[in-house]
Amino acid sequence: MTLLETENVSKVFGGLTALDRVAIAVEEGKIVSLIGPNGAGKTTFFNCVTGVYAPDRGRITFRARPMIGRAPHEITRQGIARTFQSIRLFAEMTALENVMVGAHAQSRAGILGALLRSGWVLEEERTLASKAFQLLEFVGLTDRAEVWARHLSYGEQRRLEIARALASDPVLLLLDEPAAGMNPRETEDLMRLIRRIREQGVTILLIEHDMKVVMGISDRVVVLNHGEKIAEGSPVEIQRDPRVIEAYLGTT
Amino acid sequence: MLLQQIVNGLALGAVYALIALGYTMVYGVLELINFAHGEIYMIGAYLGILLLTFFTAVGLTQHHLVLSLFLVFVGAALYCAGYGLTLERVAYRPLRHANRLSPLISAIGMSIFLQNYVMLAQGSTDKVFPHLLPSEPVAVLGVPISLLQIFIILTSIFLMIGLSLFVKKTRLGKAMRATAQDKRMAGLVGIDINKVIAITFVIGSILASAAGVMVAIYYGLVNFFIGYVAGIKAFTAAVLGGIGNIPGAMAGGFILGLVESLGAGYLSSEYKDVFAFLILIVVLILRPSGLLGEKASEKV
Repeated sequence: MTLLETENVSKVFGGLTALDRVAIAVEEGKIVSLIGPNGAGKTTFFNCVTGVYAPDRGRITFRARPMIGRAPHEITRQGIARTFQSIRLFAEMTALENVMVGAHAQSRAGILGALLRSGWVLEEERTLASKAFQLLEFVGLTDRAEVWARHLSYGEQRRLEIARALASDPVLLLLDEPAAGMNPRETEDLMRLIRRIREQGVTILLIEHDMKVVMGISDRVVVLNHGEKIAEGSPVEIQRDPRVIEAYLGTT
Repeated sequence: MLLQQIVNGLALGAVYALIALGYTMVYGVLELINFAHGEIYMIGAYLGILLLTFFTAVGLTQHHLVLSLFLVFVGAALYCAGYGLTLERVAYRPLRHANRLSPLISAIGMSIFLQNYVMLAQGSTDKVFPHLLPSEPVAVLGVPISLLQIFIILTSIFLMIGLSLFVKKTRLGKAMRATAQDKRMAGLVGIDINKVIAITFVIGSILASAAGVMVAIYYGLVNFFIGYVAGIKAFTAAVLGGIGNIPGAMAGGFILGLVESLGAGYLSSEYKDVFAFLILIVVLILRPSGLLGEKASEKV
């Protein structure tokens, strides 16, 4: 089943066409990679899907529902979560609190309840904390739960971002260059983590420059160049595609 | 004399701290100085006097003092929360993405509007009300302190502890801190930013209303202009503690109250405002981000 489908999505900034009629379909349960040279429009595409930007043209549907025009928090509540290329944690909150905030879309205690701190709210806070703790365990950060996010190492911050995104119980997880700045061992761990997330039933759309990661875990690869989709296929097909080689290496 | 001035300073500081919290919390989530916040406090004080007068007229305060005080606090809190909510909706939300100066001017405009509106509605003369609680000091462990001062200090501390627990422990409190740190990211993790901002105004207004009611009971007197001076003082307290920082606003309020009270007692009561602002200037020169502020605030 197609989970996320975009048709004809275009976004222009001033005179620069960041996205040009992009059509991408992400099947449920797959790991799909979005690759392309710098400035190809990959992050802009993520921003359009998550409601940060409104595309100038085109349609985005998620689980057959139109997504364009919805606020970011509404899209998150529909089941799309993301991480960022430049890490954007809540620096002055603990790792555990970051994940608990990530679960915000899920918890339902109203304003009055939170203000009055009824027993039910306390109960919910406890459930939330234990769920957040499980997610920290899932990404291997249990011993860092009470540390401020800004005091975590780079690799730990990346994993915390993933845990926070997972806290919203997403159906689709968008990862923006999760391996950036990681050493080979951390990258291996990350690939294992991404596979484990998929095993939990979460579909993954991934922007990545590390070709070892892309070719190692993707079911499908989509290539953007200058805002246009120039190729799509299995990792093997993409590696042989002359247009892709040209986009990356230039014509000879 | 010294202990007496310290007690006076703590009571005064508690009021400053409660109002300062509203400034600092709104600054935290919006990076906006809500200059109309002092008027919310003034409206709270008016409501305190009006409700007390009403409860006395119907004979409630004579028989059930605690109940009537409670009702006065709740009534003022609800009324001021409504004002805070409306203020945000009408004066600030439409300007959320406008140039930085526009909401500031809107804030000053709302402040002038509310002052004049209250003056027209309630008259420009002082409204007075007889003292409800004995204001003569009694000696507690050798310290001369009035029942009213104990009441003000304890109520303020109770509210501040409540606020700290709320911000630290609850889901909404975490959402508020997340919004203050990174608004766009907060939206992306599913937080409804507009709701968080509205609630921030509501909480700030409730705290200011409590301060207003207590001052009304303390002095037994209000006029339409009290929000201006108190607002400036509380804003000073917030900057002193580090604007955007909640414990900072509390500390700033108490420090300011103590400085004023000690300055008035030992040097000259006519210059007490000068001491307050002198402290502010010294802190801003030595520590521009305030006593507890971490980030240098480029936005003030």
